[in-house]
Amino acid sequence: MSVLVYTESDKGTFKKIALETASYAKTVADQLGTTVTAVTINADDTSVLKNYGVNKVLKVSNKDLDTFNAQRYADVITQACNKEGTKVVILSSSADSKYLAPILSVKLNAGYASNVVDAPSSLEPFTVKRTAFTNKAFNFSKIESDVKIVGVSKNSYGLYENSVELTEEDFSPSIPESGVHQKSINKSSDKVSIADAEIVVSGGRGLKGPENWGMIEELAEVLGAATACSKPVSDLGWRPHSEHVGQTGKPVASNLYIAIGISGAIQHLAGINASKVKVVINNDPEAPFFKAADYGIVGDAFEVVPKLIEKLKEFKAQNA
Amino acid sequence: MKILVCISHVPDTTSKINFTNDNTEFDKNGVQFVINPNDEFGLTRAMWFKEKQGASVDVINVGGAETEPTLRKALAIGADAAIRINTNPKDGHQVAIELANVVKENGYDLVIAGRESIDYNGGMVPGMLAEILGANFVANCIGLEVEGDKATAVREMDGGKETVETSLPLVIGGQKGLVEEKDLKIPNMRGIMMARQKPLNVVEPSNPEIFTDSVKFEKPEPKGEITLVDADNVGRLVELLHNEAKVI
Ligand SMILES: Cc1cc2nc3c(=O)[nH]c(=O)nc-3n(C[C@H](O)[C@H](O)[C@H](O)COP(=O)(O)OP(=O)(O)OC[C@H]3O[C@@H](n4cnc5c(N)ncnc54)[C@H](O)[C@@H]3O)c2cc1C
Repeated sequence: MSVLVYTESDKGTFKKIALETASYAKTVADQLGTTVTAVTINADDTSVLKNYGVNKVLKVSNKDLDTFNAQRYADVITQACNKEGTKVVILSSSADSKYLAPILSVKLNAGYASNVVDAPSSLEPFTVKRTAFTNKAFNFSKIESDVKIVGVSKNSYGLYENSVELTEEDFSPSIPESGVHQKSINKSSDKVSIADAEIVVSGGRGLKGPENWGMIEELAEVLGAATACSKPVSDLGWRPHSEHVGQTGKPVASNLYIAIGISGAIQHLAGINASKVKVVINNDPEAPFFKAADYGIVGDAFEVVPKLIEKLKEFKAQNA
Repeated sequence: MKILVCISHVPDTTSKINFTNDNTEFDKNGVQFVINPNDEFGLTRAMWFKEKQGASVDVINVGGAETEPTLRKALAIGADAAIRINTNPKDGHQVAIELANVVKENGYDLVIAGRESIDYNGGMVPGMLAEILGANFVANCIGLEVEGDKATAVREMDGGKETVETSLPLVIGGQKGLVEEKDLKIPNMRGIMMARQKPLNVVEPSNPEIFTDSVKFEKPEPKGEITLVDADNVGRLVELLHNEAKVI
């Protein structure tokens, strides 16, 4: 009856979001008076999970699972749930988990709430808070099915260290055939991806042209940040579509979002509302972004950004 | 090829979001409803298949009579027929079951849904629908080619993209990238006139068991005042981000 959490890893190492979902699972398990079981797929060392409240690991090692496949992964988690008699499953909100969760939900005959930002506000009925209307509101949803699946939004719950004893068990589920076969994969270089980044530096049409992106990249590099852009910038082909942030682009839930030469149109803001601290640099004091941001500089990006890079370098040198 | 495009009827992106009835219902007052942006990309891709490869394209929505203008717009863009399943669904699971009933009955080869709708953003309907149907499924689909019963699809993933090979019957959760924004179809006068003659069939729902239900809505806390930093004193921003916001 333990709470089951699927902890995602990449090349054998847990993603930060795995530890966040484990933290969330521990909270739910405490509320329910039970323990946490994690399913890991091809993770090398699972010991870190004990710091985040995981009591038991079902360790799956299988080279047929080396590349993500939603159907197969959903099947593995289904078998783990059946084995454990699970009533509550916790997943992250990564693209992969959001891909497999609806499949899992049909397999387990379970209600699924995605984009959940807080621990359950009630157990009877089981009620969770989720974002709605592209982050412009929250919705409290009750899950009424016997088995429940919760998809936790990135960076919404946080990491909570909570040391417990951990046992590990090898788990060898049967791997089904899948009708979807990977042909090739194209990772956007080794740069930090928008989804994983703690800090995102984003540029808009105010930067005038792709030739001016050097300073955005330099700022991102100093901060260890990912680069992003507004929609017209990707539509104009100045930057790849994968960097386009907003309602029709990618959502960003970083700790810090720096918007440079971006007006702050509602569709752009919809994609960044979940970011914690927002900084705007814009030469128009009337730009709507000034109403949405926490910190702002009214000024010409071409003057402000180079100075900011310089100051950050000094700061880094002092705090190294 | 028989294609079904799922059309979600959602508030226009610039809508003010308010709630009524003790914060239990979305306030539709003064709100304009549109085809969900992710579904628009899918509909245009379906029209491409129709024009280039020969396909029939139906559109479908699960909703009350108020969604019919949105379906008519899809017909004006070029879909052949529309279906409305007459119920106000409580969650994505219910939508998926109702859609699956129609797909099974009519035998569609390809179902194009949007990655997510911009009202509830659940992102669950396409995957659930595929699994109920036992069809192949590609989420966050940004490219799709079909030849015979073989399909090649590109999906956006965290930090990159993946190209997959699969086969029909197929369900995709589509998004921008399926077609370029500049290629999005908009209804012209002729399309609007023709749409009036096209069938819009109303189907009664099967009313499955409900898994999740909305309890209430809440608006985010109003944001505090912005702290402005002088453009000549950029160092102050670094200080604030370090000491106050604690993000660097
Ligand atoms: C259905 C729909 C969906 C959409 N989805 C998205 C989305 O997902 N993401 C998105 O971003 N947009 C989206 N949009 C578009 C959105 O409405 C805006 O058009 C877009 O965000 C504007 O981008 P921008 O701020 O870069 O450009 P602009 O609106 O051109 O603003 C540029 C800003 O740069 C400032 N600037 C100019 N020069 C300088 C300088 N030298 N230094 C500093 N600042 C300067 C200007 O003052 C201005 O505020 C969508 C629109 C629709 C209709």
